[in-house]
Amino acid sequence: MGVLERQFEENVLTTTVDAMVNWARKSSIWPMTFGLACCAIEMMAVTVPRYDIARLGAEVFRATPRQSDLMIVAGTLTRKMASVLRQVYDQMPEPRYVIAMGTCATSGGIFNTYSVVQGVDQIVPVDVFVPGCPPRPEALIHGIITLQKKIEKQKFLRK
Amino acid sequence: MTPDLIIERIKNRHAGAVLSTKVEFGEGTVSIKRGSLLDVCRFLHNDPELYFDFITDICSVDFIGQEERFEVVYHFYSVRHNHRIRIKARAPENDAAIDSLCPIWKGADWLEREVYDLMGINFIGHPDMRRILMPEDFAGHPLRKDYPTEGRGERSTFDFIPDID
Repeated sequence: MGVLERQFEENVLTTTVDAMVNWARKSSIWPMTFGLACCAIEMMAVTVPRYDIARLGAEVFRATPRQSDLMIVAGTLTRKMASVLRQVYDQMPEPRYVIAMGTCATSGGIFNTYSVVQGVDQIVPVDVFVPGCPPRPEALIHGIITLQKKIEKQKFLRK
Repeated sequence: MTPDLIIERIKNRHAGAVLSTKVEFGEGTVSIKRGSLLDVCRFLHNDPELYFDFITDICSVDFIGQEERFEVVYHFYSVRHNHRIRIKARAPENDAAIDSLCPIWKGADWLEREVYDLMGINFIGHPDMRRILMPEDFAGHPLRKDYPTEGRGERSTFDFIPDID
């Protein structure tokens, strides 16, 4: 029927470029260390063998935004830190993703005060919000899996 | 020295400066006139019997609605004699300023900057009167009683975000 039908040897797989690129991207999300408060402790906990974020290919925490794909905003963002967060985000290469981890990063949380930004989505575009105060490591892992599912649906060549 | 003796010694030397005194919970408090703050504090620092060589803290209180709205509270400690004193001085709203104690205690520098940052009281003669806690582009003084506690306000104004269509 098709032109390509029965044209290849055994053990050859065919796929779309979109699926392959998205598979490569989602399987190797390098996060950046952006721990701002107690959520950072839970973020560190996901890297240890008990929770083992390496199963998702996201265990390589980089200390520079230029080598990372994902920024996990873990903790309370103050107004003074907001410009730094934006600057660091601007330095990340595209495609870049943001997880707002915890209630403070999501909405300001209990800190409804003059100095705390009421949600990091005012500063940077957020892909996944992880609730909790702080979220347990399982919750953050769920957030990363949710992000992976989002990356799977991205369009690379297709319109 | 007990708080009573410290207060007595200040009163003897600067009788015209003292407005009121109080001893509660074993702590002495002296309210003084704003203009004589430097004289009194220099006496506290230099007098060998008092010798307050350490400035513990500077705080401020906002008595909104009162004629002299702001009160600056100083806590001093003498390492040599192991005694403490609290000095208070008031400033009105339209002239929220008081003499800096930096010429006497170097440690007053950041404490006064904190009071300036959060309460908006100027310290005359301070070598570096800048904000210390809030961002430099912040406009208000958030610990004043008339600073809004609700609404989006300054915490949600971000000049640094580039305009993206």
